[in-house]
Amino acid sequence: MNQVHEKSGAFEYLTTRKDELVGWARKFSIFPYPFVTACCAMEFMSVSSTMYDTDRFGAALPRFSPRQSDLLMVVGTITHKQAPILKKVYEQMCEPKWVMAFGVCATSGGFYRNYAALQGIDKIIPVDVYIPGCPPRPESVIDGIMQLQDKIANASHPIINEKF
Amino acid sequence: MDQGLLERLRERLDGDGREPVFAHGLLAVQLPREALLDTVKLLKEEFGFDMFLDVTAVDWPQREPRFDVVHHFYSTRDHVRVRLKMAVTEADAVVDSLVDHYGSAHFMERECHDMYGIVFRGNADLRPILLYEGFEGHPLRKDYPKEREQPLVRYRE
Ligand code: SF4
Repeated sequence: MNQVHEKSGAFEYLTTRKDELVGWARKFSIFPYPFVTACCAMEFMSVSSTMYDTDRFGAALPRFSPRQSDLLMVVGTITHKQAPILKKVYEQMCEPKWVMAFGVCATSGGFYRNYAALQGIDKIIPVDVYIPGCPPRPESVIDGIMQLQDKIANASHPIINEKF
Repeated sequence: MDQGLLERLRERLDGDGREPVFAHGLLAVQLPREALLDTVKLLKEEFGFDMFLDVTAVDWPQREPRFDVVHHFYSTRDHVRVRLKMAVTEADAVVDSLVDHYGSAHFMERECHDMYGIVFRGNADLRPILLYEGFEGHPLRKDYPKEREQPLVRYRE
């Protein structure tokens, strides 16, 4: 009954850098806004449902208000007529925010080269990750999400300052 | 499909500058544009073509007159279709509107106006429907440059 309590060390304390901690927390709480305009939507549905399950990456809960979301997933063809709406949605999102171009249409206009199609959403808004494919396979979408997570985790987070 | 009905219709439509022929299993009628309203009235009231399927145009840049305006009608009772075709020139690309006979003509004529610049006399609202305000030209005309874009949002540098 005289046993000395020994510390095992497991999870009693943890050392990390504050910005790594914030990055780690942020990369698993992506709230996507699906800006879905065309056939890529089918692939978006499959990647977010059971088989591929983007919930594993913390990117499960689509928010249909730009105010509540931080990842703009542009899924499908953007026409010139649609472009002002996309731009407005992007501008309404709060920082920090990221943009994913899902499929070749959003990336570069895809095979549409005519009066109607915008030749890539990066002509009007900055893009963080491009996913090629028409439509992309779910695996490439997951790869894109993981690359975005790396980018988020390694970014500097402006909320870290001398007061935080 | 009621071939007898189409045959009767073909006989009824013959004359007045109209040339009805059978093409790809449906009755195609070439007609002068002045005969459009009378023909449509006859189709609708005597032969029961109660559905206006579409109006579009065909651009023949080398030909004079340059455009064909094409209407399609369908009879939900007899399940047959008929096509009307009118040649119009570029300088006077005007045909009569069907809004008094078919409500759906409002939107379909606006689309045809967007894409080919055909004017429908009698349709008071020919604002762009698929295109947007400020769009210059008519993109499905053959002389519209394939790669000409008219963006609404200024591009990033
Ligand atoms: S990339 Fe292909 S699948 Fe996706 S919206 Fe464009 S055409 Fe459709």
